[in-house]
Amino acid sequence: MDTVNLTIDNKPVVVKEGITILEAASGIGIDIPTLCHMKLDDLNIENKPGGCRICVVEVNGRRNLAPACCTNVHDGMEINTHSMRVINARRTVMELILSDHPFDCLICAKSGNCDLQDMAHKLGIREIRYKGEQSTYREDTSPAINREIDKCIMCRRCETMCNEVQTVGVLSAINRGFESVVSPAFEMNLDHSVCTYCGQCVAVCPTGALTEVDETGKVIRALSDPSKTVIVQTAPAVRAALGEEFDMEAGTLVTGKLVAALRRLGFDHIFDTDFAADLTIMEEGTELLNRLGKHLAGDKDVKLPILTSCCPAWVKFFEHQFPEMMDIPSTARSPQQMFGAIAKTYFADKLGIKREDLVVVSIMPCVAKKYECGRDEFKTNDNPDVDHAITTRELAALIKLSNIDFKSLPNEDFDNPLGESTGAAVIFGTTGGVIEAAVRTAYEVHTKKELPRLDFEELRGMEGIREATIDFDGLPIKIGIAHGLGNARKLLEDIQAGKSKFHAIEIMSCPGGCIGGGGQPYHHGNVEVLKKRQVAIYQEDKNKAIRKSHENPHIVKLYEEFLGEPMSEKAHHLLHTSYFDRT
Amino acid sequence: MPKIKLAENTIQLILNICTEFENKESELINVLHKVQNKLGYLPAEVQEVIAKGLNCSVAKVYGVVTFYSFFTMIPQGEFPISICMGTACYVRGAEQVLAEFKRQLQVEVGESTEDGKFSINCLRCVGACGLAPVVTVGEKVFGRVAPSEVKKIIAEYREGCRDDSKTA
Repeated sequence: MDTVNLTIDNKPVVVKEGITILEAASGIGIDIPTLCHMKLDDLNIENKPGGCRICVVEVNGRRNLAPACCTNVHDGMEINTHSMRVINARRTVMELILSDHPFDCLICAKSGNCDLQDMAHKLGIREIRYKGEQSTYREDTSPAINREIDKCIMCRRCETMCNEVQTVGVLSAINRGFESVVSPAFEMNLDHSVCTYCGQCVAVCPTGALTEVDETGKVIRALSDPSKTVIVQTAPAVRAALGEEFDMEAGTLVTGKLVAALRRLGFDHIFDTDFAADLTIMEEGTELLNRLGKHLAGDKDVKLPILTSCCPAWVKFFEHQFPEMMDIPSTARSPQQMFGAIAKTYFADKLGIKREDLVVVSIMPCVAKKYECGRDEFKTNDNPDVDHAITTRELAALIKLSNIDFKSLPNEDFDNPLGESTGAAVIFGTTGGVIEAAVRTAYEVHTKKELPRLDFEELRGMEGIREATIDFDGLPIKIGIAHGLGNARKLLEDIQAGKSKFHAIEIMSCPGGCIGGGGQPYHHGNVEVLKKRQVAIYQEDKNKAIRKSHENPHIVKLYEEFLGEPMSEKAHHLLHTSYFDRT
Repeated sequence: MPKIKLAENTIQLILNICTEFENKESELINVLHKVQNKLGYLPAEVQEVIAKGLNCSVAKVYGVVTFYSFFTMIPQGEFPISICMGTACYVRGAEQVLAEFKRQLQVEVGESTEDGKFSINCLRCVGACGLAPVVTVGEKVFGRVAPSEVKKIIAEYREGCRDDSKTA
């Protein structure tokens, strides 16, 4: 590798050729401010339009200032990152951006988490010398995501996520000059577009232009209604990230405190989506073995691979983009919806109350779950199985609103029966986890032997597409894993072309899986945060006494008392679903 | 915008143009040019077919269509009138010429007359600044146009079509 010599702020540096000034500076601890630029290293995600001009630096001998994010280093460069000229330019650029930005920081959903606000503070902007017209654009709301485009600074991060990473293709810059905005085609509303509500645009938006639909008010109202029994389920990835909202180190597991906080908020029963994840494995694992068995017996009508169906954004993605393949994904509902269906039948019966008097709230790392629980097929007499889905971030806001000192809470346990879960369920929160959980159960059900090991390292990691072959006692099972919808698309196109060699494929829409969900605490472009959450998820799995879904005693009891067996008629009715062509 | 159902042969025409450019997304602008040349404008349904033909998102197609002023989503009149608003034409009274066209035809810039005969657009410099102010109707260029001549220009085309309809 060729290297080049240069100086940055008078410090001599030797770096490899071909990297940017921004990267070279970062290597020696000089943090050049950026706004539009975002790079998630291990996920191969980069947004580098060079548009905002906040990262300009002075290069000796060059007439104009250079944007550090998209200027490569060369030998002999002398760079100054904080000369008066640079600071003046940065402040001017910032003032110009702010001159066309609403001044409602005090009441903005993004306040305190806003990259633009942070940058204005960092640059010490105390007045805006430029006054002029402000762009205005109508607000657009949908079942999951709000667009307040007046707050957009045209950084294009959402476009990169929507088009390059997720290949959904909803968002694009349209119009020209002052009129330009990021919008769906023909300026249609998001809910008329092919948007999957994966929320990755929300996860990377530096301002309040894209946010989740806030449903905390509905939860507060339900909790204060004495005629309602309000129960809550929490998704696996929430416990590995919620602590960040309370200044705890990324990757801190806060399961016990999470339960304690929910109890103090006033929920009547604190349950776990992990219970329903174990249930998902019973259904999906059985479906996998059924399809595999028939396929191996030569039944040409049975298609493989089977694809997981836990992720609502993924479901909406294939309904829009691959409607001819709707018979390939598992028919199993997502854990959120399995939980709701069981809660409003089995559990409501146990309590002796009507489903209308039971309110099911779910805490999700996801914004698409808001959309999912509103789908018609998950309602009975217009009453949804899951009433309200709020994100990890919204839960943090509720906890703060209710004067709960999260860090000093004791560790408490989930309630039974819907709070008992296994290590297999916990790992649903990360890419690779659902299929590993399925393997643990499917192997033992199929071979009738005990697994010699429970940790399938070959299924874990952050690579966008992974594959592994697991030996089912002489039967090699080929498994594919994709996270990020762009990666999923590649595997789907292989299946379409008849080139797929897999028996089963796990797909999660968000990079990293649910730990990187659109409803999680903002990572601000730091991929280390996602990696630490992943480590935490596997740690929680190790901490569990039971690590295989089929050994969850309350799951065994649920089948004995209520469902019969996996894929029974009752299970079919409550735990499976069908898909719709949305083209 | 009302939904238009494209005729099967129109869809095929668009897809053929896409194929001509090897269905490459990078040829989007060329494809848009050629399709607009054939159809006169680029309504939403046409953009959807182009997106399919080039295997890119319709949001991207729409982004390009709305970026370049050359592309239009509004049907053009049979005789598209363009008034040059470049510097030379502007200082020599193009604005008054435009106002007269709008008054005579009772349409705004970017619109077509109800009978579909005329549409008005503005453009920036046709390279005939010596003839300012310049008006083009279709391919024909009119130089040193005064507001008082507008009526005559319109009549020339209106009568032209009346003659056409007689002979047809």
